[in-house]
Amino acid sequence: MTAKTLYDKLWDEHVVNDYENGTSLLYIDRQLVHEVTSPQAFEGLRQAGRKPWRRSASLAVPDHNVSTRNRDVVNDPVSREQLDALDRNVKQWRIPYFELLDERQGIVHVIGPEQGACLPGMTVVCGDSHTTTNGALGALAMGIGTSEVEHVLATQTLPTKKSRNMRINVANRLAPGVTAKDLILHIIGEIGTAGGVGYVIEFTGESVSALSMEGRMTLCNMAIEAGARSGMVAVDDKTLDYVRGRPFAPAGSDWEKAVAVWDDLHSDPDAVFDRTIEFDASLVYPSVTWGTSPEMVAPIHGEVPDPESEADPVKREGMLNALAYMDLRPGTPIRAIRPDNIFIGSCTNSRIEDLRDAARVVAGKRLAESVKQALVVPGSGLVKRQAEAEGLDRIFSDAGFEWREPGCSMCLGMNEDRLSAGERCASTSNRNFEGRQGAGSRTHLVSPAMAAAAGIAGHFTDVRDL
Amino acid sequence: MQAFTTLDGLVAPLDRSNVDTDAIIPKQFLKSIHRSGFGPNLFDSWRYLDVGEPGQDCSLRPLRSDFVLNLPRYQGAEILLARENFGCGSSREHAVWALYEYGFRCVIAPSYGDIFFTNAGKNGLLTVTLPAPGIDQLFREVEAAEGYRLEVDLRQQSVTTPDGEELKFDIETALKDRLLSGLDDIGITLEDSGLIQDYETRRVKERPWLFADIDS
Repeated sequence: MTAKTLYDKLWDEHVVNDYENGTSLLYIDRQLVHEVTSPQAFEGLRQAGRKPWRRSASLAVPDHNVSTRNRDVVNDPVSREQLDALDRNVKQWRIPYFELLDERQGIVHVIGPEQGACLPGMTVVCGDSHTTTNGALGALAMGIGTSEVEHVLATQTLPTKKSRNMRINVANRLAPGVTAKDLILHIIGEIGTAGGVGYVIEFTGESVSALSMEGRMTLCNMAIEAGARSGMVAVDDKTLDYVRGRPFAPAGSDWEKAVAVWDDLHSDPDAVFDRTIEFDASLVYPSVTWGTSPEMVAPIHGEVPDPESEADPVKREGMLNALAYMDLRPGTPIRAIRPDNIFIGSCTNSRIEDLRDAARVVAGKRLAESVKQALVVPGSGLVKRQAEAEGLDRIFSDAGFEWREPGCSMCLGMNEDRLSAGERCASTSNRNFEGRQGAGSRTHLVSPAMAAAAGIAGHFTDVRDL
Repeated sequence: MQAFTTLDGLVAPLDRSNVDTDAIIPKQFLKSIHRSGFGPNLFDSWRYLDVGEPGQDCSLRPLRSDFVLNLPRYQGAEILLARENFGCGSSREHAVWALYEYGFRCVIAPSYGDIFFTNAGKNGLLTVTLPAPGIDQLFREVEAAEGYRLEVDLRQQSVTTPDGEELKFDIETALKDRLLSGLDDIGITLEDSGLIQDYETRRVKERPWLFADIDS
């Protein structure tokens, strides 16, 4: 039998049919649904007189538009309409649903793994590019567009073409204070935001094995920022320990059967990858993005680069645009950049470990006076409850950070949490695109600990020096 | 979905790499629950001087005179010439709806964001991939000649310049067939309902936990 990669195995298990034209019909085990990319899909179903193929294969939750101040008020009528549409649509078809007031509500990519709704060996899709997060479980998880959301609702399948296999192998261990977020920013800085286009990335190596499940989710979450179709990590004992006992995870004899199947969810030793890229974790430092693309990143001890030293004219132009937008000058030390807002949250970094990391930095200190607002937004109601049980909410509040209700919050400015033009944010989210956190806003992507440290110091600083 | 066969269209050049879907259609316009109405907000923050909000009459808003789509010579453009990794970022299909409603029927670039590329194909927007040197040549030509048009022939997989030079492009057969026919993907898949049911029957036995009810 030919040796297979993890992606090959997941793919082969889910092929319903191979067509002559080179596409395959792939069975989808789980579809996560949120309010932004689903209304037009449900509308399409109705217009065509179709219905969901298997209603309980989906799990719906509102997250992008929700207020993080309180649970029952959404002041923006347009947001309200979108949330109401989700409510109507999922109730019409009896799709499993965590309503806004359900404690299990949260960011779609946080609740999937948390509930055991997303499991090793599954194909998982969602009308959201950060669906790749779920690949940390040893699943094939892909973001899709609204037409595909409708397609999966109607058929439980996706016609798609297989991507190529990429392996990103990270040798050695990350130094203390250096996190999965720093690692993925470093990787994107090296291979670029188009570096993974056409590929599914499997992350391997000592440093990946050493990461917690939360860290692996952060890593896979941003595989899309490298342009990849998906990111994934093989199943190991940590995966099983994480999944065991989750509400929708298999139990009893099903658990034993499942584990026997999941034991094979790794690339065979002699599997062939179309491309392998090697990294050394010991060369990864706490990282900060300085531009308007996640690949525009520097280590904390670095400086804003000079576009004049870039040979490629298109890249140079991109750097010039980015520096103008970010109001930064070449040669400025990263440490000299002063964010006036701090955002700790998003599907990248809002899990319990992220909050613990940030709280450790903040404990007993005060937010710098120059910081106008600092938000801590847990990824789900259950993360919030856990954090409160550990007293993290008080640590943040005592330091001057605002402790909020779960949701996508300031990652994308579709709710009331957003920056004003010209404001500069140290953000644990995933995109520093122009206007992402509000029109004219400036985003610096960092780890939770680095965001917390910037909040305390008033400028970026090496969290390891605190 | 409208079929795509041939197009003889005016070309507009967008000379930036990594144009993300947040730039194509900013997040405040994603709150609509319909598929239409996004055209006036295409590239909103590059196109207008003020901050765009849903529900505005965009014909009354001040334009950024130096943004390429606002230049008189590019009015009525149906082909967007773009750079590397066009449409990267978010999965929002609204980006494709906005481009299409604005009037674009074809994008020509060296590479695309994966999800954007798929979304385009579901909506009849042809995404032509050409190697970087060909793209560089087209940028030079379009900027040098006002009224520059290209002929795109999907069946022949060719882009023809006003000088008659033919640039060939590759496209997956499945995507090409679908664009040429304009057929509904879901209808095609449902013809294989029996195969999907067979697959499920087998999997329920082998992997029952994948089919467990997750009703709360």
